[in-house]
Amino acid sequence: MGVGETSRDRIARRAAREIKDGMVVNLGIGIPTRVADFIPEGTHVVFHAENGILGAGPSPAAGEEDGFLCNAGGYPVTLAIGASYCDSAIAFAMIRRGAIDMTVLGALEVSEQGDLANWIVPGKRTAGIGGAMELAQKAKRVVAVMNHVNRDGKSKIRKQCELPLTAQRCVDLIITEMAVMEVTDEGLVLREVMSPYTVEDVIGCTEAKLVIPRHVDRIT
Amino acid sequence: MTKQKSLEEALQWIHDGCTLMFGGFGGIGTPPTLVEGILEKGVKELTLIGNDTGFPWIGIGRLVTEGRVRKVITSHIGSNPNAGKMMEDGRMEVVFYPQGTLAEKIRAGGVGLGGILVDVGIGTTLEAGKEKVVVDGKTYLVEPALTADVAIVHARKADPYGNLIYDKSGRNFNPLVAMAGDRTIAEADELVPLGELDPESIVTPGIFVNAVVAGKGVNWQWVWEKQAATGSQGEPPAK
Repeated sequence: MGVGETSRDRIARRAAREIKDGMVVNLGIGIPTRVADFIPEGTHVVFHAENGILGAGPSPAAGEEDGFLCNAGGYPVTLAIGASYCDSAIAFAMIRRGAIDMTVLGALEVSEQGDLANWIVPGKRTAGIGGAMELAQKAKRVVAVMNHVNRDGKSKIRKQCELPLTAQRCVDLIITEMAVMEVTDEGLVLREVMSPYTVEDVIGCTEAKLVIPRHVDRIT
Repeated sequence: MTKQKSLEEALQWIHDGCTLMFGGFGGIGTPPTLVEGILEKGVKELTLIGNDTGFPWIGIGRLVTEGRVRKVITSHIGSNPNAGKMMEDGRMEVVFYPQGTLAEKIRAGGVGLGGILVDVGIGTTLEAGKEKVVVDGKTYLVEPALTADVAIVHARKADPYGNLIYDKSGRNFNPLVAMAGDRTIAEADELVPLGELDPESIVTPGIFVNAVVAGKGVNWQWVWEKQAATGSQGEPPAK
């Protein structure tokens, strides 16, 4: 972890490594939005936004904002070369049709089978669904970024989700401030542990059953 | 023949208790002059259909904040805490759909279809109470089409026939909403003579539009403008 780097940035930086040259990517709101800041120069990515931009570029400089050129979160963006506008039905056609290579979404809970819960906590104020269900169910690859445990210290990586689902068996990779875990047919495999945590720390904070391979990468 | 109308003429179709569909995404592409006019006219008990409830003082959020809305059919209310409070207090009913499903339900209404078949939401609580059909071995939810008494949209340019082009990401739900109103009112930042819009670039053909109103431009401060100054979520526009 760099000096002063927050765990949110650390998660975003790790998630950015999943983005490969040429991918069409949709980033959710929150930590996922920050992923764009960590993509290496020279990696060409087409960013998709639900409000109808294919090929969104970086944030404009202060004073250069256009109120009618914003991302799905309502914040100003620019356009990359070759970008296009469309209506929201077409923007979701791209998602439903399977044309989005990867999405990075926030999560409240993920199960060891890759079930995702990220839209409602019953009895608490809900923001709504937005595009999360389509993205979770239809993007080719779903990366969930989240804190490993909630404010009460309870694991958010679970055998079964307790919260209502966004989509079943959709998550491919989970990135937290402690670890990177891959959903496989053989179970939830611990791939990487973030310094200063240990494999034992991660197991202790994870309700889901983790498969521990002989080699687990260590990220500093 | 011109469909250009004064604000007052256009708003005659909007009355207490009517169903109002609106374009816009986080307030971007929601017609500011029409929203202002609806507020001033004092219309209440509205059922809203649209992507989200804007921000407290941006877009359709202003109608929510002023307590003019009885029910909203939407995908997201997170950027408008007033909507969340009213939902909790039982002052406003909220029905959520996945964003893409909502867009297609509106489009279906606009293009004369009875509904759509969609597998998004299968395996979630959204299945509850919904009709399902199996087509070629795959299970889909039946989602009925949505239409409205009146639809309001925000265009960058309109001609007297109601041909519309939109403004960048301000397009979003607008072309879908424009087709789905029994009456559609388009607010345009610029009214141009017939023949001036390139037929190749018209997004909404004027046949779907009943009235064109000259817009006075965005009369709220965007959330990012406000945040740059104070970090808050915007404030009421100056009268």
